[in-house]
Amino acid sequence: MSITPFNVPIVPKLKRETILSLAKRGVRIDKRRLDQFRPISIQLGAAGKAHGSALVSIGNTKVLAGVKIEPGRPFPDTPEEGVLNVNAELVPLASPEFEPGPPDENAIELARVVDRALRESHAIDMSELVLIPGEKVWVVWVDIYVLDHDGNLFDASMLAAMAALMDAKIPNHQVLEDGSVEILGPGVEPLPIRKKVVSVTLGILGDTFIVDPSLEEEAVADGKIFFAFDDSGNIVGIQKSGPAWLDFKKVSVAMEIARNRYHNVLAALNKAFQS
Amino acid sequence: MSGGKSPVPLFKDGKRHDGRGPMDLRPIEMKVGVLNNANGSAWVKFGRTEVIAAAYGPREPPKFMSLPDRALLRCRYHMAPFSTDERKNPAPSRREIELSKVIREALETVVLTHLFPRTVIDVFVEVIQADGGTRTAAITAASLALADAGIPMKDLVAGIAVGKVDGHLVLDIDQIEDNYGEADMPVAGAVNLDKVVLLQLNGSLTPEEFNKAMYMAWEGIKKVYALQKKALEEKLRKEVNL
Repeated sequence: MSITPFNVPIVPKLKRETILSLAKRGVRIDKRRLDQFRPISIQLGAAGKAHGSALVSIGNTKVLAGVKIEPGRPFPDTPEEGVLNVNAELVPLASPEFEPGPPDENAIELARVVDRALRESHAIDMSELVLIPGEKVWVVWVDIYVLDHDGNLFDASMLAAMAALMDAKIPNHQVLEDGSVEILGPGVEPLPIRKKVVSVTLGILGDTFIVDPSLEEEAVADGKIFFAFDDSGNIVGIQKSGPAWLDFKKVSVAMEIARNRYHNVLAALNKAFQS
Repeated sequence: MSGGKSPVPLFKDGKRHDGRGPMDLRPIEMKVGVLNNANGSAWVKFGRTEVIAAAYGPREPPKFMSLPDRALLRCRYHMAPFSTDERKNPAPSRREIELSKVIREALETVVLTHLFPRTVIDVFVEVIQADGGTRTAAITAASLALADAGIPMKDLVAGIAVGKVDGHLVLDIDQIEDNYGEADMPVAGAVNLDKVVLLQLNGSLTPEEFNKAMYMAWEGIKKVYALQKKALEEKLRKEVNL
């Protein structure tokens, strides 16, 4: 059951009015333009035992994603495809508002939004992850770990997940005659990645959209809207999140604002893999 | 979009697998006031998709669970174990938890919660039969149940999903079109206010397709909205004639 959050910190009225009136004039409390991201950085291989990992910072928001690739059974309806699993944890060290325990609706939404963007865009060619058709396939686990929450977890998690998948190497292995798979050690072969998927989330402040909302902006915003794009500019995922509404005519405006910015995120991703 | 190839052609000679044109909705039925105990209730059917919604409140919330300036909204989207082809475990899945959230957040925009501080308003939706478009049927039924309960709202909320099958945009997709199509975009709106309150996209669309899909959704939402008003009117008529 989903319940209106009732124990969230109260935002001082003055702060709310300041952020809203600034946005109306096209400025933000941290001096960014309305369509400007905070600085983005990506550190690959941040978790040594993972088969692929990435630590992404967007401003003060920090998200670590780790990929584990393990042999497992395919789903009955897709016997000749590997399996992708995305999970997200809002660990209590990341924010005074996060509690230990099983993922709540926010963590579940975050994981599912990232999962769908990766899955529906066919970012990974799952048909290449088959070990024994119908019997054994690679199961790709993407675990998103939010370490420091300063807003816009959607984009930071999407980017960390994508970077970790691109960083990942399939373990060195051998398929034995009895149908078991022996893992020999770390591998060199990357995952069959066909598309790079990145996202741009807008905070909704009344009639104004702000790219990459910080935590204090999210606290006063009505909600946000997430757009995922593949590297050819197709829209591969949308999620309106939070108790906001949008003018029917403003939906395409929001999409265009996001689409004008996905190159920035893609550039950061590409840069991380050049060096 | 579970992958694989569709057992039937999804789009042939301008017609869909069930004979509908791209803009045709499935046969829709709605009934308001179908449950005895709930303060408000509604039954909504889109083709073979069938949902029941009930609204309770405003009522006293559990201890330590209230807001001083408005009512809390609680929402549960849940699928009956027999609503799907294979029995669904009745425990709430991750999908149901997410959908409960997006439906609640859509309803929060229209319900006048500030009129009822320190109370809770509950909306429960049970999917009786799932054949695609359950979340949009659910939110359509939920807003009818709230209206039936007499809870003040800025507008009704109506929902519909646009899909893409064999490269064609089509309105109100069913299970087969969802499973084997290229995109599923559920949209819900408050038509009188021209506001979009729920928007998701699973799948891939070009920006041009997206803009077209939004217009198609809005056309569908207007039709669903007209049926909602009719269903509420019918119930009121019956009450007045008693």
